[in-house]
Amino acid sequence: MDGYPAATVAVMPGFDDPVAGSQCVFRALLAAFAHPATLREVPLCCDHPAVLEPAAAAVCLALLDYETPLWIDPCLETAGVREFLRFHCGCPLVTMPRAARFALLDCAAGLRLLDEFDCGDIEYPERSTTLLIQCRGFATATATTFSGPGIRDRVQLAVNGIEFGFWQQWRKNRQLFPRGVDLIFIHGNRIAALPRTTQVET
Amino acid sequence: MCAPIRNRPSYLWLRRPETGLVMVRARAGGSGAQFNLGEMAVTRCVLRTANDIAGYAYVPGRNSRHAELAALMDAMLLDPARHDEVYRCVVRPLVESRRQRLAATAAKAAATKVEFFTLVRGEND
Repeated sequence: MDGYPAATVAVMPGFDDPVAGSQCVFRALLAAFAHPATLREVPLCCDHPAVLEPAAAAVCLALLDYETPLWIDPCLETAGVREFLRFHCGCPLVTMPRAARFALLDCAAGLRLLDEFDCGDIEYPERSTTLLIQCRGFATATATTFSGPGIRDRVQLAVNGIEFGFWQQWRKNRQLFPRGVDLIFIHGNRIAALPRTTQVET
Repeated sequence: MCAPIRNRPSYLWLRRPETGLVMVRARAGGSGAQFNLGEMAVTRCVLRTANDIAGYAYVPGRNSRHAELAALMDAMLLDPARHDEVYRCVVRPLVESRRQRLAATAAKAAATKVEFFTLVRGEND
């Protein structure tokens, strides 16, 4: 037994079929961004570390790879999560939010300010951070009204665990257009996307 | 010799066998500049045994069963309870058969060795 380090954390298996699984989740994400602020089910989940929502794990497996630096909220950054993402995605984990192409957050910790993340620059606005935010559900909170491209007239969405102040920040993010961050709210196996073009109505 | 390995642990896949290409790089004479020699097929997989030990394998070629067995042996070698058995019944015989194979090749090559020599020309001084 010389020279063999024992594994400290047992890694969870990812998708049963990585190619088909990622494509299937990616399709759901495309649809979510095409119809902002509308709930959509992620059709397929996998075993995942306990602190991650099932859909959050599936979205990470579909979107992250060695070219997408990830920033993880300290409250989610357990050894299990780190090993899971490192094994299946191979994504670099960064300590500065601004250096990240994707960020994985949980609303329990109180959300960071949106301007701590990279909102892209004017030549390459697409290089901004995409935020994956775990929330507490989509049911009982006061609904917020959204409008913008992909939304006929108006749509309402209730996101539990998001403070009112957050929507003020989202307005500021909207003013940066074409720069700005995009985000996905995640709970259970459901997601709702807010691209930077979506506006919050008062 | 020794008995084949019995009681293989049950396992689940962390990464099913998948075949890909890796670039083999080389140096002329072991000291020249690096260059790309060519690509070779490699099959890799990772599994986790029932007692939470991960076994990794990268094997040349496209044989996924080969990769699966190599990963399983890797996991068993990491298990203190099975290490000695696997080492004795799998690793040692493989090392020995490789040694014999190389020795046979070397012997065959040695038999065809040509000695060049020059007869001393009878130049009287």
